[in-house]
Amino acid sequence: MSGEPLVEIRNLNFSYDGRPVLTGINMVIPRGKVVAIMGQSGCGKTTTLRLIGGQLKPTSGHVKVAGQVVHDLDDDGLYRLRRRMGMLFQFGALFTDMSVFDNVAFQLREHTDLPEDLIRDLVMMKLHAVGLRGAHRLMPSELSGGMARRVALARAIALDPMLIMYDEPFAGLDPISLSIIGELIRTLTQALGASSVVVTHDVQESLKIVDYVYFVSAGRIVAEGTAEDIRRSDAPYVHQFVWGEADGPVPFQYPAPAYADQILPGRALHG
Amino acid sequence: MDNVITRALTNLGHRVTSRIRRLGFASRFFAMTLVYSGTALKRFNLTIREIYFTGVLSLIIILVSGLFVGMVLGLQGYDTLQRYGSSEALGILVALSLVRELGPVVAALLFASRAGSAITAEIGLMKATEQLSAMEMMAVNPIARVVAPRFWAGIISMPLLAALFSAMGIFGGYLVGVQLIGVDEGSFWSQMQASVDFREDIVNGVIKSFVFGVVVTWIAVFEGYDSEPTAEGVSGATTRTVVTSSLAILAADFVLTAFMFRGV
Repeated sequence: MSGEPLVEIRNLNFSYDGRPVLTGINMVIPRGKVVAIMGQSGCGKTTTLRLIGGQLKPTSGHVKVAGQVVHDLDDDGLYRLRRRMGMLFQFGALFTDMSVFDNVAFQLREHTDLPEDLIRDLVMMKLHAVGLRGAHRLMPSELSGGMARRVALARAIALDPMLIMYDEPFAGLDPISLSIIGELIRTLTQALGASSVVVTHDVQESLKIVDYVYFVSAGRIVAEGTAEDIRRSDAPYVHQFVWGEADGPVPFQYPAPAYADQILPGRALHG
Repeated sequence: MDNVITRALTNLGHRVTSRIRRLGFASRFFAMTLVYSGTALKRFNLTIREIYFTGVLSLIIILVSGLFVGMVLGLQGYDTLQRYGSSEALGILVALSLVRELGPVVAALLFASRAGSAITAEIGLMKATEQLSAMEMMAVNPIARVVAPRFWAGIISMPLLAALFSAMGIFGGYLVGVQLIGVDEGSFWSQMQASVDFREDIVNGVIKSFVFGVVVTWIAVFEGYDSEPTAEGVSGATTRTVVTSSLAILAADFVLTAFMFRGV
């Protein structure tokens, strides 16, 4: 994949309580591109995002963002870097005690000394970009799942970040909201000149908007390529994932003793 | 047999070390809360907002409880004192019981159940719904922005609530003792004024309620921050806040009383 890299992950290993979660990960996210990390639940996708954001430290290897090794930064350095990142959490993670307007204004108020009328204009611009200018007075409890996700997106881009991370942005959305979010990811990435990393298991929607895909299984990258490469791939895991087959390299059955041993009369059922 | 003993000892050791580790984390968390208190004090409107939620919204339960505790003290106190012919001393009994002991302790127990549990549940739910993670990713320290304002709000609210509890209790004692039973009003107030010492009684009571405020709010914010991010985890943390705070209040009360009134 061409382009100057914004995020570089090299030989990354991450273990939790001695259990390997990610093994030998190498990824590049170029500036101005939308890159997806796909894989089944629990394969280490969100962990990768948290490592890029500096919320976790790798066991070995490194994660570089804008030329800085994230886990070598002190608290101040990390917070300075995070001001140039935006993250959309799986269910929005909106602050429930604040209105839509205050949620989007949060970072502007925390990190800038802008006057309130300018903050108001900026917030309205961000909300307009996600189509929710008219909802600025609502509280998060009054929003649908799709609207909450769009407000969270407006909040994530409040400071015009260079990198936007999306954790399962399509999970639990109706088809209309799903397509709106997909479109917003593409257009906002272009409009801001940012890079986007989309962690998802929604293959069809994400393949419409991404430039490059990394497939992760059991903590390793098992396939990578453009959307077209992935659609055409005959690698068993990718094929099963893309076409949603119930059985394959990822088995339908949870590991268990032989079927006959468990159901034949006279055998212990709980063995 | 040996295996059973080894396993039991291993379990015991594991429990003890995990408790000690948690206590260490709680102490570090307390230190970090103090270090990051700058935001809470500089942007005092954040703390004022929390004083409303922890202090003002606890007023009803504190005032009503104070009134009833004072009324009971009036009845019980009169019943005992009149046996010795000193029912005029009812004002002293009610005031000293409240200012020295019942005011700070009962107000703190009520504060732990009403405000402490609410603080833990709120922070725990913020963690479960990734609001704290979102804040971190927005380069805003959740300890400075969420924990410290609640911590200082609790410390400021607690002595004020204890003072209001005692004032309402004295009024309850007056209602029962003077208005209902007929103790002489002049004796009730004058003996109270003559016998309650500002430094020995009032200041010591305020010190107690301040310490209880620190203990309850520290436990509440820590349990919320350290809770498992699940419904069960938040529920368990809220219960632990009430139980641990209540025990800590009673233990701290004994220690403080032993130091304050040992010469009396």
